[in-house]
Order: sequence, then C-alpha cells, then structure tokens
Amino acid sequence: MAYDVNGTTVEHDEEGYITNLSDWSEDLAKVIADQEEINMTDEHWAVVNFLRDYYEEYQIAPAVRVLIKAIKKEMGPEVGNNKYMYELFPYGPAKQACKIAGLPKPTGCV
Amino acid sequence: MSEDVKKFLYVNRKAPYGTIYALESLEVVLIGAAFDQDVSLAFLDDGVFQLTRGQDTTGIGMKNFSPTFRALGDYDVTKLYVERESLEERGLSADDLQEIMYEDEDDDWAEKPSIRIVSRAEMADIFAEQDVVLSF
Amino acid sequence: MATLHTVNKSPFATKALQSCLAHARDGDVILMIEDGVYGATAGTDLADVLAGHSALKIYVLEPDLQARGLDTGRLLDGVSTVDYAGFVDLAATTDRTMAWL
Repeated sequence: MAYDVNGTTVEHDEEGYITNLSDWSEDLAKVIADQEEINMTDEHWAVVNFLRDYYEEYQIAPAVRVLIKAIKKEMGPEVGNNKYMYELFPYGPAKQACKIAGLPKPTGCV
Repeated sequence: MSEDVKKFLYVNRKAPYGTIYALESLEVVLIGAAFDQDVSLAFLDDGVFQLTRGQDTTGIGMKNFSPTFRALGDYDVTKLYVERESLEERGLSADDLQEIMYEDEDDDWAEKPSIRIVSRAEMADIFAEQDVVLSF
Repeated sequence: MATLHTVNKSPFATKALQSCLAHARDGDVILMIEDGVYGATAGTDLADVLAGHSALKIYVLEPDLQARGLDTGRLLDGVSTVDYAGFVDLAATTDRTMAWL
C-alpha cells in the first residue's frame, strides 16, 4: 500500500500511517489530507507542524489533551480547545493529524 | 483531585535496552496518565541507567526513548524518584542524569526539576505510601 | 501498613532478593515464588542473606519448592511455606503488593 506523491510512491500501513517517517514532505501531507477529506488551512498546518516538532523532540506523538494544552498555550484558547480541534480533524486530532504529519499512530490512541 | 485518586508508583529496576521492560514501563505510564491518578516513578538498581545522558541508539537499531522522559511533565507526571545508593554503586551521580523539567501550573508555570534524588531509606518510605505498585 | 513483596528470581542470578530485603520495612512480608524459592534454602553461599531480617515474615510458595525437588527440610530457619490459597490470603491482608522482577 502506498501514496502517490508527484509520481513517487510512499509506503503506508493498512490504516494509512506512513512506514518510514523520513518519507514525509508537505506534498505528502497534502495527499494524505486529500484522502482524509481535509482541506489544509493555516490552522491545520500549525497543528501538523506542532506534532512534527513534538515528535522530533520527545520521540512520541502527544496524547490529545497534551496536544490541545500545548496548542492553547502557543496559539490561544480559540484554537486550543477540544471542539475546534475536532472541527479541524473530525476523526480525532491526534489520530488524523498524526497521520497527515507522518507520525506513527499515537500510543494509547484507540 | 477527587477522593478516587490513588497513589500509583511505577518501579523501574532494569537498564534501558537489554530487555523490553523499560520501554514497556514508559508506555504504560503514558497511557495510564489519562486516568488522572497521583503517579510517581521510582528508579533504583539498574533502572537508574534509564535516565543517563547521551544515549544514542543509532548503532543498535533500537528506538532511543530517553527523550520521551522529558515529555512526562506534559502528562502531569512530575515525580521521578532516583535512588542515590543505586547511582553510587554504579559509579554515577546526579550529574550523569539528563535534565527533566516540568512546568508547575500552580506556580505561574515555573520550570522545576522532576528528578528527585532520594536515599534508599527514603525510597522504602515512598514504597510504603503507595496504593498501587507496578513493577518493571 | 505492610507490603507483600514477591521475589521470583534466584538470588544466584540477580540481586532482586537483596534489593527487596534492603527496601522492606519491619512487618513487611516476603514471598519467594518461582526461581525465587532457591533463596530460601539452607547450606548455600547466600544462606546468611536473610540474617538480620527477623522483623520480616518470610514465606515460600510450596508448589514451586516441590516442582524444583526441594524438601521443606532444606529451608532456612524462620521461613514458612504457603500454598496458592495462602498466597491469596497474604495479598489480601497486606496493603499493597510489590513484585521484584
């Protein structure tokens, strides 16, 4: 199973998470977002970039409440709240945003 | 915190990469953090090796999970007790451990250290205060 | 406020028993199970490991002794045996259980 990004293929697992984290690119993120029926806005990118930075620093994808707390601190309560996060990523901010960010499925995420 | 909050202690006594215990422990701590209990971690015996600085697993094909300890503060896990005697027996001191900080919500988000070095006798007292002890 | 400590490794292989004894408090209960039962036998190089711990209650799990061909006559002084039901009673009558893996 693979995504097609401008003619190159990027392997992913049965749930759509990419196999090799270093395969990620912004173009790939757009391809995954399309598949998830998400139109990437600045707010979407802010969350995705936050997740990538968090993973780079701590080697884990944060739990949803950790993500929301951090986004709230960084970007304010209008963005950093549960409702808004689910508007951005209807199938779950951690799960769906992590997939677009090219991270493994979060630990404990069901 | 409600009355249902119990004191949970995760006891870590194994070095990080020789067995899966250390990584499993950390994953259980991260998942368990969702339950809003009063969580502490204890590091004694070879468990103190989990917190040393400068780990680099690129040569052994395993995930380096030592940076993940620094995320624990985000999960409200802010008490990491490390036994002094275990460090000393292994030729280590507190300076050999990585710095792990948390932001204290009740103190204007002041940065504070999560690692607390305790004596063996203090560690025994910490064990005796717990409702639940999970060993790894 | 006693703790039940279980030890399941031979003291000849790891220091789990020694570490457990160093952290146990007066009135605590030590239960040796699986290969931990070797720590309760007399006449070994480690036979004095329990010396000075008379304030602890020390048990071994009898089926694990039996499985390893160890007769109760080989046990160190002060060590008692329990069966599985006794193990459950110990867990139920102490405030917490701590496994020394």
